[in-house]
Amino acid sequence: MRTFGSPEFLFIVYALRWTLSLTVLAFVGGGIMGIVLALLRIARSRTLRTITSFYMQVIQGLPLLVLLFLCYYAPSLFGIEIAALTAAAIALTINSSAFLGAIWESALRAIPKAQWESADALALTPYKTLRFVIAPQAIRLALPSTVGFLVQIIKQTSLASIIGFIEITRAGQLVSNATFEPLKAFLSVAALYFAVCFPLTQFSLWLERRTARRGAGT
Amino acid sequence: MSVVVAKNIRKSFGALEVLKGVSLTVEGGEVVALIGRSGSGKSTFLRCLNGLESVDSGEIEVAGHGMSRKPAELRQLRRDVGIVFQSYNLFPHLTAGENIMLAPVQVKCMGKDAARAEAKRCLALVGLGDRFEAYPDMLSGGQQQRVAIARSLAMQPKVMLFDEVTSALDPELTGEVLAVIENLARDGMTMLLVTHEMGFARRVANRTIFMKDGVIHEEGPSAEFFSAPKTPELQAFLRSEVG
Ligand SMILES: Nc1ncnc2c1ncn2[C@@H]1O[C@H](COP(=O)(O)OP(=O)(O)OP(=O)(O)O)[C@@H](O)[C@H]1O
Ligand SMILES: [Mg+2]
Repeated sequence: MRTFGSPEFLFIVYALRWTLSLTVLAFVGGGIMGIVLALLRIARSRTLRTITSFYMQVIQGLPLLVLLFLCYYAPSLFGIEIAALTAAAIALTINSSAFLGAIWESALRAIPKAQWESADALALTPYKTLRFVIAPQAIRLALPSTVGFLVQIIKQTSLASIIGFIEITRAGQLVSNATFEPLKAFLSVAALYFAVCFPLTQFSLWLERRTARRGAGT
Repeated sequence: MSVVVAKNIRKSFGALEVLKGVSLTVEGGEVVALIGRSGSGKSTFLRCLNGLESVDSGEIEVAGHGMSRKPAELRQLRRDVGIVFQSYNLFPHLTAGENIMLAPVQVKCMGKDAARAEAKRCLALVGLGDRFEAYPDMLSGGQQQRVAIARSLAMQPKVMLFDEVTSALDPELTGEVLAVIENLARDGMTMLLVTHEMGFARRVANRTIFMKDGVIHEEGPSAEFFSAPKTPELQAFLRSEVG
């Protein structure tokens, strides 16, 4: 039997790149989809808005674990083998898209209608209004919650361990099984999550304070 | 030449008919004041003139552009029509200068340097030549409103619409904004302004119009309009405004 030493610890640390890769995939994929969703939610067409809202509510109401199982097992019904990373990336992307879409939608809605009107009156096209007037303000508003949700994604990647993807939680489990020292193994895992998430949380809080200060007009 | 022609404009919000056939012509260089009680449809009429509200019936021609529902044609019209609102509505993430440069650069495809020069010229025109780099939240209400006027002027509009532009300001700040408008009048800008400042309307406007219940109730050259109002309704309104 092995004891918990630095090779075991390093094994967990190396798995961090998979946690981070999965996070980046989910954040970028979910971000791109989220932008589209947020824009569809403020579109002229009522049909588009309703369909988008339905999609977002379904995804938000679905436990991520269930979504993960669906993404992992559904393709095999069609005879497609799917890698755990791919399944996890797809599930996390879909999940993030709904939440980021909602965050950004409310930021877009928080910009006063008068801003759209003023830009309209200056003969700007809707696209240019969005790009130069609305989006810069909405991004500033949404930044703290967006960074906050990034922290959620990092933690959510741990669910991918269940379909056998070796990120840090799964690595901790493997080390724990091999060494029978679950406490050391999972404390290492926890420390790694903390090391990544804590600075981001602080950053998010700082952004929030900054936004609040600007809002107060100082 | 007529810069604004509105014929028999009707407009309802749901069951509420706000404009019940308003006709108005404003000649080039003319300054027309629009007064009336709250809810009489002044803002709605002004907003119809640059297509921020669509009309139910009637004809509008502004600066030679017929009113259109097609976005591209509407933008052509709006390039020639400046509008300033009660609540300034500056873009808070842009400096005063950037606020003014945005439309010339993005709509008229003016070069950055030319736009910057134009923005400086317009800021100087409203007495804020030294506040190019200031963000809106660093400016007083009166200064913000003057930047908003400069932002409209930078598009070199053929007509300016003002909707109670001093109503949100402290009394000591209204003067500086009214002075800017008066200067524009002197320079020959065609203007249509909704206002509660009766003294200002009387002094600056060539013609004043009293709106009541969605129609033009009385109008006339400002001097006579204020000194000898004909209808009892206008007489009552003027009494109530003077206090
Ligand atoms: N978008 C809208 N939807 C529904 N009703 C509206 C809308 N805009 C204006 N109204 C109504 O139309 C009427 C006329 O409004 P308008 O703003 O034109 O009046 P006003 O003469 O400018 O008054 P004020 O002096 O208060 O600015 C009011 O009863 C108002 O409630
Ligand atoms: Mg009004």
